[in-house]
Amino acid sequence: MSAPLFKYGLFGDEISLIVAFVIGIGFGFFLERAGLGSARKLTAQFYLTDLSVFKVMFTAIVTAMLGLFYLSWAGWVDISLVYLSPTYLLPQLAGGLLLGLGFVIGGYCPGTSVVAVSTGALDAWLYLAGVMAGIFVFGEMFSSIGPFFYATDMGSLTIPDLIHLPYGVVVLGVVLLALGGFAGAGWVERLFAPPSRES
Amino acid sequence: MSSSSPALTAVATDEADTTRPAAYMNPYLAGVGLGLVLLAAFVVMGRGLGASGAFTSLTAIAVEAVAPEHTRANEFYAGYLERGVGHPLKTWLLFEVLGVLVGGFLSGALAGRVGRRIEKGPRAALGTRLALAFAGGALMGYGAKLARGCTSGQALSGGAVLNVGSWAFMLMVFAGAYALAWFVRRQWT
Repeated sequence: MSAPLFKYGLFGDEISLIVAFVIGIGFGFFLERAGLGSARKLTAQFYLTDLSVFKVMFTAIVTAMLGLFYLSWAGWVDISLVYLSPTYLLPQLAGGLLLGLGFVIGGYCPGTSVVAVSTGALDAWLYLAGVMAGIFVFGEMFSSIGPFFYATDMGSLTIPDLIHLPYGVVVLGVVLLALGGFAGAGWVERLFAPPSRES
Repeated sequence: MSSSSPALTAVATDEADTTRPAAYMNPYLAGVGLGLVLLAAFVVMGRGLGASGAFTSLTAIAVEAVAPEHTRANEFYAGYLERGVGHPLKTWLLFEVLGVLVGGFLSGALAGRVGRRIEKGPRAALGTRLALAFAGGALMGYGAKLARGCTSGQALSGGAVLNVGSWAFMLMVFAGAYALAWFVRRQWT
């Protein structure tokens, strides 16, 4: 058991910033490769003509989840040292809803808008200015939104803990859910495919 | 439909369409690549990816430059100003987002997809599109702070570690987007 490497003191804070930069390059690279730096491609998800967002996101989730599961099972990674953001159910549900509304209005999410900026999308600059404006409004009203922000604190909670099933069973469940979703996505795309548009 | 008839091209680009951009990577293949990057973040750092946190740091720093006392008295801003390796700009997420900028450009340049453009549907008016880009961003900035993360930090990273809050968040993102999609269809279809 010697990973996460940073948590075992293999390198310090300054090096971690270089690691961040390198990991970010990979993140941006694959987002752009998949076409997720294009607002039209991203929003096509919500008109069911191109479900790449779903496919890319769930493949990535399954890949990282399985990798972490097997590395932990082999005893190489201590999964309890991987950061688990605490669950605050109501504000996260409300925040998710706002994000969803903003996604189809604005065309990007914060990460993909950075990719869009990097390849020359001028609308993505305005989107990012909007993100910072939204954060500013949140910051300015923090004293009044605070009680809701801290409401329904459930602590660091995983789905296996919540439904009292072994971690591996839930991992298998997510894999099956994803495979079903992928099959369904192909079917939906054929159903909603625009008649003659190529590209 | 109303004003701009010649703007019926897929994407408004100010470059001549001499070279066709390469096709996008197979989404499942790109997903595996993205998943391995996320896995690397878990194994090397013990944390996932993110995006909105970087812009929160930038916002806090900008607000502090204008109103230092006001900002430091605010628990939310103060939390972000305390981050970073010796300086609030030297945070993990800001360096990661700089990498995203480089990685996105690299991939785009290799595929011939870099060029000044405004992304919108064929029927969308330019001014409306730009105003909505800002408005959508604002909703997402606010929502991401309420949810403690965005699609990267919560949905993707939290999703992979089976975080309850992240999965609840992710379901609501899709629910919200699908619920509103019909009303803004002229922007995209």
